[in-house]
Amino acid sequence: MKGITKRFPGVLANDRIDLEIQPGKVHALLGENGAGKTTLMNILSGRYRPDDGEILVDHQRVRFHSPKDALQVGIGMVHQHFMLIPNQTVAENITLGMESPRFILRREKIEQDVERLSKAHGLSIDPRAYIYDLSLGQQQRVEILKLLYRNVEVLILDEPTAVLTPSEIEELSKTLKDLARSGKTILFITHKLEEVMEIADEITILRKGRVIAQTKTEEVESRRELARLMVGREVVLRVEKEPVIPGTTVLELRDCSGYGDRGHQAFQHITFAVRRGEILSIVGVAGNGQTELVEAIMGLRPLSSGQIILFGKPLQESTSLNMGEVGYIPEDRLGMGSIPSLTLVDNLILTSYPSFHRRGVFQREAAARKTEALLSRFHVVAPGIHATARQLSGGNLQKLILARELSKNPRLLIAEQPTHGLDIGATEEVWLELLKQRETAGILLVSGDLREVLSLSDRVGVIFRGRLMDILSVEDEDWISDIGPMMAGVKQERTR
Amino acid sequence: MVVSVLLALLMGALVFLAAGANPFKAYAVMGLGAFGSLYDVSEVLVKAIPLIFCGLSVALSAKILLWNIGGEGQLAVGGIGAAAVALFLSPHLPPALTLPVMILAGFLAGGLWASIPGVLKAKMGVNEILTSLLLNYVAIFWLEHLYFGPWRDPMGMGFPGTAIFPESAWLPRFFQTRVHLGLILCVLLALVLQWVFSRTQWGYEMRVIGENPKAARLARINLTRYTLAVMFVSGGLAGLAGMAETSGIHYRLQQGLVVGYGYIGIIVAWLSRLHPIGVLFVAFFLASFLVGGDQLQAVMHLPSSVGLVLEGTLLFFILGSDFLSKYRLRVIFKCQAPHLK
Repeated sequence: MKGITKRFPGVLANDRIDLEIQPGKVHALLGENGAGKTTLMNILSGRYRPDDGEILVDHQRVRFHSPKDALQVGIGMVHQHFMLIPNQTVAENITLGMESPRFILRREKIEQDVERLSKAHGLSIDPRAYIYDLSLGQQQRVEILKLLYRNVEVLILDEPTAVLTPSEIEELSKTLKDLARSGKTILFITHKLEEVMEIADEITILRKGRVIAQTKTEEVESRRELARLMVGREVVLRVEKEPVIPGTTVLELRDCSGYGDRGHQAFQHITFAVRRGEILSIVGVAGNGQTELVEAIMGLRPLSSGQIILFGKPLQESTSLNMGEVGYIPEDRLGMGSIPSLTLVDNLILTSYPSFHRRGVFQREAAARKTEALLSRFHVVAPGIHATARQLSGGNLQKLILARELSKNPRLLIAEQPTHGLDIGATEEVWLELLKQRETAGILLVSGDLREVLSLSDRVGVIFRGRLMDILSVEDEDWISDIGPMMAGVKQERTR
Repeated sequence: MVVSVLLALLMGALVFLAAGANPFKAYAVMGLGAFGSLYDVSEVLVKAIPLIFCGLSVALSAKILLWNIGGEGQLAVGGIGAAAVALFLSPHLPPALTLPVMILAGFLAGGLWASIPGVLKAKMGVNEILTSLLLNYVAIFWLEHLYFGPWRDPMGMGFPGTAIFPESAWLPRFFQTRVHLGLILCVLLALVLQWVFSRTQWGYEMRVIGENPKAARLARINLTRYTLAVMFVSGGLAGLAGMAETSGIHYRLQQGLVVGYGYIGIIVAWLSRLHPIGVLFVAFFLASFLVGGDQLQAVMHLPSSVGLVLEGTLLFFILGSDFLSKYRLRVIFKCQAPHLK
């Protein structure tokens, strides 16, 4: 890729990027959020067209008008959000869209094809399984097979490890290395340093739309050096945790069970308590009932049995809980946490809007002042307070939601995947805010990121298939080593 | 926007051609019919009044993603409510109170009628599009039943319609035209709605519901209550259209009360992109098509429904351009991509 430039309204996403990729290598594209990694890869895979610059494949200039053109020359991408059809089988998903000479689907043949392909690449999967039954790791395998089925030579993966368990990550890294050994070229986007060091042969670091450095992995001196290049300043990868003496119990769950959207038992027999001054983490791989559990606590989903006690009072399903005292950072930022089409002011008052209306009339100046103040206090980079939430990058949107919820000075804060998809710099800021909040509130942290959980929590519980497996202090070191396997459902027998 | 209007007019020209008329002449006749004299303009205003009420009605409900397409029926029921007061209650009322009570009755009748789909939607999740639409036919049959049957004027010599209302039940008209007090009422309501939408807590809550219902749940906004209230008020606004038509134009219930304003109101709301102030202008614009369309019939012997055809085309093109304006069209020539070995 030569001199690739791409502008979006108000942003220069890619600024004259040159990138050379050797065949048969694993190449990592490292950078913070908004560095332009995904944009660049979307250009390479034909989803976007560059404003300037050219793509050369085998020294020949190519122009892609759609992902289909890119596939034609052997370039395919696995997007961060999988593009699979849940109620179709693996084989159907893999072969979907491939031109077939006959009208009738030859189910058995495609299933055999898929099976052969998966065996050939060591990606074991049942071609007859339905997508909705698969874990995210398995779904990712389907996405990779989809590309291999199309004879792709260059595989692009956008943040492939974001949704995986530690053991799945290991498996993926083995798969990627094997694929590279068999001659395929792998390009993967990430902002996690460990993965880069682990998997990649070559590294390109992007910052603010430009290539900052390009290097071979064996020539990298330290992770710290990589982090510095990526963020542009020195970053500490550890946060200092001041001990806080736990206070009164703010939230207690007693034997709670509830159903999910598909009518399945999403979580069952959950019992725990959160006290002021502590961070209790529920760690688990996405889709193990955490989301439903949090929604139940927030009164957005009925319990099938059990009791929730908030600030010492049982929470009735019918009574809406006081939004002023509970801060909630939902996982689904665009879907639930914000209103993409409305202004930042409208978004910032979402959970406290009655206080910005006097006798029903909107207090424009007060809201504007508050918005200005919060944006600057939480370092939200925005075109202005009347910009829409959609215009913010993922990290800034998350900071906006954080600003909204923390500024209420809640007594209970529920944070779901608060740093999912954030870069190191933003993660650090979020962590520090959460720790600060701990002094005045009890915090329930729901996360899939072990490092985050271990850095912040006082106590950790592992959730697997809707059951909470144990809650223990992070000071218990044996226990910590058990967390990884427990996230995958392996419960170690231990004597206490 | 301008381009799409021009395209719509171009399409309309084809329609005229198909009907065997000279499109230039036809547009000239329409333009002259709608704006040729002050009286013509006043007639446009007269038709704009029910369109404004109905447009506001749809705009309000669409704000929280409800599709009230029962404006036609709510208009009819609003007319019935107003007529009931004028015919049976006015002798017992001080004359100065007759009109206010009629306005209230028209609003309540339309509101209650729309509350049937409202309650069904809020309590049982029944699709309001179907129920509000189907109730139109019920309402219109009721209306006809009343003026053909029990409410028919015994002195009407068999003419289907109620007796003429007493004068205290007539909305005052201005300057020897048919423009009546309803115009001021609907303009005021548009201003109020605009203010509510942009400056009040209700407006904020409706905005949140309309743009992201999930976030509305998170913010503890009571969707059920809004569904009930908005359907009621939306129906009430359409009911006022019926009240204004009976009390400002016909002075009785009769045929010609229900002529499609409820449906054109949907077009008005969407063309104005749910802005109440926009509704005023769009309603005026579309009313000019109706008045001009009538002239086509008189002068060129074309069916007056050509005006409606033009409105439909306009909606089609403007909604189309709405979609296309979010994208940039570029013509691209394919080139051969080499295959990687």
